[in-house]
Amino acid sequence: MEFFRIQRDLPFMRYARTTVFLSALLFIAAIAALVVRGLNLNVDFTGGTVIEVQFPVATKPSVIRALLARHHYRHARVENYGTASKVLIRLPTAGANSKALAVRIQRLLAVKRPGATVRSVEYVGPEVGSELADQGALALLFVALGITAYLTLRFEWRFAVGAIIATIHDVVIVLGVFALFHVSFSLTVLAAVLAVLGYSVNDTVVVFDRIRENFRRMRTGTTAEIIDSAITRTLSRTIMTHILTQIMVLSMLFLGGPVLFGFALAMTVGIVVGTYGSVLVASPLVMWLGLKRDDLVPRKATSADRP
Amino acid sequence: MNQYPWWKNALIGLVIVLGLIYALPNVYGDNPAVEISGSHGATAGARTLVRVKDWLARAHLPYLRATRTDKGIQVRFARAGVQLRARDLIAQKLGSHDHTALALAPAAPRWLRALGARPMYLGLDLRGGVHFLLKVDMHAALHKALVEDTRTLRRALRHAHIRYREARLGKTGALTLRFRNKTQTRLAKRLIAQRFQDLRVLSTGANRLRATMTRAAILAKRRYALSQNLTALRRRVNELGVAAPVIQQEGDSRIVVELPGVEDIARAKEILGRTATLEIHMVDDKDNLARALAGDVPPGTRLYYNRHDQPILLYRRVLYSGDDITNASTGVDSQDGQPVVNITLNGRGAAINARVTRHNVGKRMAVVYVEIRSHLKRTSNGVPVRGPDGRRIRITQKIEHVITAPVIREALGGSFQITGIGSIRQARNLALLLRAGALAAPVSIIAERTVGPSLGAANIARGFYATLIGFVAIALFMAIYYRAFGLMAATALAINVVLLVAVLSVLQATLTLPGIAGIALTVGMAIDANVLIFERIREELRNKNTPQASIATGFDKALGTIVDSNMTTLIAGLALFWLGSGSVRGFAVTLCLGILTSLFSAILVTRAFVNAYYGRRRRLARLAI
Repeated sequence: MEFFRIQRDLPFMRYARTTVFLSALLFIAAIAALVVRGLNLNVDFTGGTVIEVQFPVATKPSVIRALLARHHYRHARVENYGTASKVLIRLPTAGANSKALAVRIQRLLAVKRPGATVRSVEYVGPEVGSELADQGALALLFVALGITAYLTLRFEWRFAVGAIIATIHDVVIVLGVFALFHVSFSLTVLAAVLAVLGYSVNDTVVVFDRIRENFRRMRTGTTAEIIDSAITRTLSRTIMTHILTQIMVLSMLFLGGPVLFGFALAMTVGIVVGTYGSVLVASPLVMWLGLKRDDLVPRKATSADRP
Repeated sequence: MNQYPWWKNALIGLVIVLGLIYALPNVYGDNPAVEISGSHGATAGARTLVRVKDWLARAHLPYLRATRTDKGIQVRFARAGVQLRARDLIAQKLGSHDHTALALAPAAPRWLRALGARPMYLGLDLRGGVHFLLKVDMHAALHKALVEDTRTLRRALRHAHIRYREARLGKTGALTLRFRNKTQTRLAKRLIAQRFQDLRVLSTGANRLRATMTRAAILAKRRYALSQNLTALRRRVNELGVAAPVIQQEGDSRIVVELPGVEDIARAKEILGRTATLEIHMVDDKDNLARALAGDVPPGTRLYYNRHDQPILLYRRVLYSGDDITNASTGVDSQDGQPVVNITLNGRGAAINARVTRHNVGKRMAVVYVEIRSHLKRTSNGVPVRGPDGRRIRITQKIEHVITAPVIREALGGSFQITGIGSIRQARNLALLLRAGALAAPVSIIAERTVGPSLGAANIARGFYATLIGFVAIALFMAIYYRAFGLMAATALAINVVLLVAVLSVLQATLTLPGIAGIALTVGMAIDANVLIFERIREELRNKNTPQASIATGFDKALGTIVDSNMTTLIAGLALFWLGSGSVRGFAVTLCLGILTSLFSAILVTRAFVNAYYGRRRRLARLAI
């Protein structure tokens, strides 16, 4: 079985301006979402207390909210989590004693709602939270630098620049989706974003590898034609890998439960954008940066070869 | 032809077999267990075993197996809930003679255990339990060290007959010394330079000298405080009897404590966070108390209060402290039935105790309980106060009270009793804290995470099914799309998962829910290598190459691409490992190891399969790809 029996190379580079323009629009939209709505950072980064409670019957968040408000917990945010009988109570870092607060709420629920069981309590102090945010940013920066260095070493600086811009584009769009839909952004999601970074570059490298090989193999043809050929020939692989990885990630999205939901969502968006970005953003960038055959194919005749 | 030499096939086979063996214990998992060991290292005997079985049967607590081991008695249970109830029952029935602890016993057969094969170490989000991130108050640790230095310096000055007017420790951590004249100042400066490597003279005036701790000394003190706290916490956690706890250093001033399966969080916190120790002082009974209460405290003494807020005047000098205590146990006073704590001292403590008590029969000696607590400084409406550097200001509070001040009736030796403690529970906690040693510096909990055991089990199930269903879907897709080659790749992928699980088990790396996500992701990404190879082979076939040549070129040409593309993901994984903590680190570990195992399975294992299936055929017309 084969999905693609492409005889001639598809002229991707002819539409490069259009695809990159569309990407740029998407990129700007994502940044706008990040600026306007901001990331919905969860307790990992903001600090505070989160209590997950399982009730014997379906329970409306508003009821619990009212119950807590009557007992002076007006700042509690309550929402259903996973199922209707599970409730997540978030308390901001109330300063005073966030941990004691959790214990008091546990006791309160035990009295007012017999049968309710606390499934998990999470307390993150404010200094830990802001530090994790810093570390996350640092990790992103470090990975970006590491990958640029590796690609410069193995390929050429134009490839490294193209790949890293395309990758940043992918990551920003993933973050933009999280901002737009206000999906809770946890430490696990950050891990997924970094994995997207790796995955997206991975995809780009496969195309770049073929571009380099084509330059060495094909004696004629413009840079655009060579890139077109490389993309066409790896297209089958790009789409297959994409489908297979997506199968796994969707399985996590639907079956992994609420803890893995954010992770799987980031990966889902990341794989779509990453695949698109590596083909239709990274390659045109390399072309526009002025890649020529000479940059990749070593000159044959040098004076040392002659007797 | 496409053939691996025999040794290469054998090596691949060996790796797969080893992988299967070391991944196998995960199928069996762990049993929650209770371990009973006799007091003072004696093993609990056969009679105890019979009694334990009887108690459990009467309480209707089902157990899987109760056996004698080389350490004592081990009782295995099917569920953690039963295990906890059984532990409480056994501990209560056995009394204080035997020690009970929770444990996790691998359920794998004996031969597997003999090979050292253990199941993966599950993280708290999968197992349930409490996670604490503790911060060591380095400021307090340094202050303590400086106080000690000041004391020794005073002593040294006196010994060298250098007369000083004042030797004071300032708030900034600098020591200020004042002298009568220049000569004394110069002599003191020389003394510090010669004898106090930890101190650095900041400035000297005619009659003044300022010194502070050197940078190297500060670093050493910090390191000492951290390692000493780690040791003390480890002992405390052992006393709590938790199965497979984690006590780890994180960064230069933090400690992670993970207590799987702990339900009584309040007690765990109380035991972990307390920095209690004892100090033994002599009581000033020379009728100076009234004077001291009036505000004129005689030099060398200090006012203390006992539990009932009654004042008592003690000499400042600490005879010996909790550091010299080697053992502490609870008991009941034979005369009045009140709880007591029996204390055993080390050689140094015993020697001091013997000397002091011999010379002071008839006088009183006070046992002072010292606890250091620290909390954030807040304004009246609860907002943390920040210092000029933007950091939150932490207040360290030293709580001291006299537990008891008995009259010395005779010369004591290496062991004695403390009375007047209060309840049995307080006596037990005091004994535990003393036994486990004091913390070098106070700690505070800066993050905490509790996961209930049922949530943990649900997380395992979800992660497992998500991976399984994803895997099956990928395998089907591959088999349909690449036919025979797809089937071989799917088999190699299964081997990849087995190898990854085996490596994680052998390394005993912590598996978290994001870690399971990492395994799932690896499965998705590992198949990429096979797709790359197979697409290359198809391309070669399209270019009218022979099947055998296509296989060889396909594998060869894809290799460089595979390595390059995986390397970038590996960079991301390493960064995550470096910067991440807890569950994110778990993800990074599985991702990085998964890349390595997938390279092996996708390239070598698949190739071995293809070679075995097609390699020998000379006249191969077409490939099922």
